[in-house]
Amino acid sequence: MSILIDKNTRVITQGITGKTGQYHTRMCREYANGRACFVAGVNPKKAGEDFEGIPIFATVREAAKQTGATVSVIYVPPAGAAAAIWEAVEAELDLAICITEGIPVRDMLEVMSRMRAREAAGGKKTLLLGPNCPGLITPDEIKIGIMPGHIHTKGRIGVVSRSGTLTYEAVAQLTDVGLGQSSAVGIGGDPINGLKHIDIMKLFNDDPGTDAVVMIGEIGGSDEAEAARWCKDHMTKPIVGFIAGVTAPPGKRMGHAGALISGGADTAEAKLAVMQECGFTVTRNPSEMGRLMKALV
Amino acid sequence: MKIHEYQGKELLARFGIPVPRGYPAFSVREASEAAQKLGGSVWVVKAQIHAGGRGKGGGVKVAKSLGEVATLAGQILGMQLKTHQTGPEGQKVRRLLIEEGADIKKEYYVAVLTDRATQKVAMMGSSEGGMDIEQVAHSTPEKIVKIFIDPIAGLADAAAGELAAGMGIPKQTQAQAVDVFKKLYTCYMETDASLAEINPLILEGGKNGGAPSIKALDAKFNFDSNAIFRHPDIAAYRDLDEEDPAEVEASKFDLAYIQLDGNIGCLVNGAGLAMATMDTIKLFGGSPANFLDVGGGASSEKVTEAFKIMLANPKVKAILVNIFGGIMRCDTIAEGVVAACKATHLAVPLVVRMKGTNEELGKKLLADSGLPIISADSMAEAAQAVMAALK
Repeated sequence: MSILIDKNTRVITQGITGKTGQYHTRMCREYANGRACFVAGVNPKKAGEDFEGIPIFATVREAAKQTGATVSVIYVPPAGAAAAIWEAVEAELDLAICITEGIPVRDMLEVMSRMRAREAAGGKKTLLLGPNCPGLITPDEIKIGIMPGHIHTKGRIGVVSRSGTLTYEAVAQLTDVGLGQSSAVGIGGDPINGLKHIDIMKLFNDDPGTDAVVMIGEIGGSDEAEAARWCKDHMTKPIVGFIAGVTAPPGKRMGHAGALISGGADTAEAKLAVMQECGFTVTRNPSEMGRLMKALV
Repeated sequence: MKIHEYQGKELLARFGIPVPRGYPAFSVREASEAAQKLGGSVWVVKAQIHAGGRGKGGGVKVAKSLGEVATLAGQILGMQLKTHQTGPEGQKVRRLLIEEGADIKKEYYVAVLTDRATQKVAMMGSSEGGMDIEQVAHSTPEKIVKIFIDPIAGLADAAAGELAAGMGIPKQTQAQAVDVFKKLYTCYMETDASLAEINPLILEGGKNGGAPSIKALDAKFNFDSNAIFRHPDIAAYRDLDEEDPAEVEASKFDLAYIQLDGNIGCLVNGAGLAMATMDTIKLFGGSPANFLDVGGGASSEKVTEAFKIMLANPKVKAILVNIFGGIMRCDTIAEGVVAACKATHLAVPLVVRMKGTNEELGKKLLADSGLPIISADSMAEAAQAVMAALK
């Protein structure tokens, strides 16, 4: 079992003809059931053509209609990425995964507002993962995004993190101690994004294929604290928690647009304290995530 | 990206928000000319640096004569202005704003920013202007009024009026305040700002018996760097003198670099892993000299530039490289590290931790290079090794 995606998921690639889209579509196709999963690409100027056998459609709606795909992955450059998300929403997909880094915040504010309004009016809810995220993977079934597939092992531990390489670090540690992963999810480093830690924790809690979760956060915002409070009351599975950025000074953006300390509650120390209070097995040593999980399960 | 107060006021004025008359000045002569052009009998000489707290640091002075304008301009230009935001060395003043004096009846605070939790735009106001707003938020949070604006619906008159009333703006001035707040919101959205703050927003006495009116006496802006591409006019406001030269240099090579106080240089791929690496160094008693994210596609040249930037900091006594090879292969990074060591004639200890794609190949390249590179298997081991090397 897994969350959000499995081997039966059918995927549309938005931005399949760009350099990044081409490279990662190839890598994703080569992983597990990728060849069956990646069924369509979108580019209005190249409709009717194909990318290495994957048919290209003019719109997401058309691609979904023709192939039955319910998920899209977006590699569209920043200036057009929010519009690409909206196109996926209007095509009533289940899930849009936006890999693109560097989308203007105003564009994200506007598209999130439109999505809320659409949902409030009774429209279908499309989940958004990202932007500025590595994507997600269900090992040995499907990989949607830019993570290296070979470090993953099929298993029963969930992983959620904002960052890319730190997610891979956790996955590799789990694999090294003999623990496989049910799904590993990168929610992205931007201040305005779709699925948050709390949403992913809820999904892992409901997934019979997940026994425990590694939750990784970083400085900035209050998402990790919110997730921790929810977990305290509802989560039935053990959690190993880590927050990056104890050494980050306030007022300096640490790479990710969202990794910026502005008040007091968004420091790494404050979040670690909340996670501890909420029953997480918290570590300050990111090299210990795998070993701690091994001790818990 | 930050801009100067006088540039911020140009933006506010462009969106129809009242600001005092004033001119920027880069020399004492320009300051005197500006005061003469303004006329009147009271002028304010304001140091233009990006940091806040300029008044307390002695960077804002009132002049009662043209002679005094020149004297004060001479004193402030070139001074190392120290505020709570500049750090102990202070920031050199290279520009001034010469402004007409204002008749201040009352000082308010108003700011616009993006609220992550609600995914809306927040406008917050307070009757306690002119002070450090974080202080107000801490000691008298009830004096801060907030409204949340949906970016599609925009700012409605009723919500703006609620804010004006909540801030204690006099009844006869509230209609003007609504107009100013709506313009400020438009300015924030249309310029892709991430912060627009007016502190203080002042109330001036009504002229000829009219209603008192509000005016922006200061302007602080921050812009979304992801959106600068669509605002060449704002990009032109960038003042490289106000930025850390090492960070500017790093940005030319698409490296995210932030200098810190420690002595261990860090080179990592990915922002989260870079922070985790710094945290690990601290956990083992060390102190990171910098944050440096080489990003996804680091070439040999990029790694060499990253080494040069780290080593330009005289405090650096050792370097720790932590790479998780995904798309970026460990052997490519190893080649880059070897090339960088040679190009920079590296004289400080270097610890390299590599994991992921082509890990073994990368480690072999480092071992075969004949360079005294210390290899580590985990972040914790790497941090311990770098600490041992420093002794």
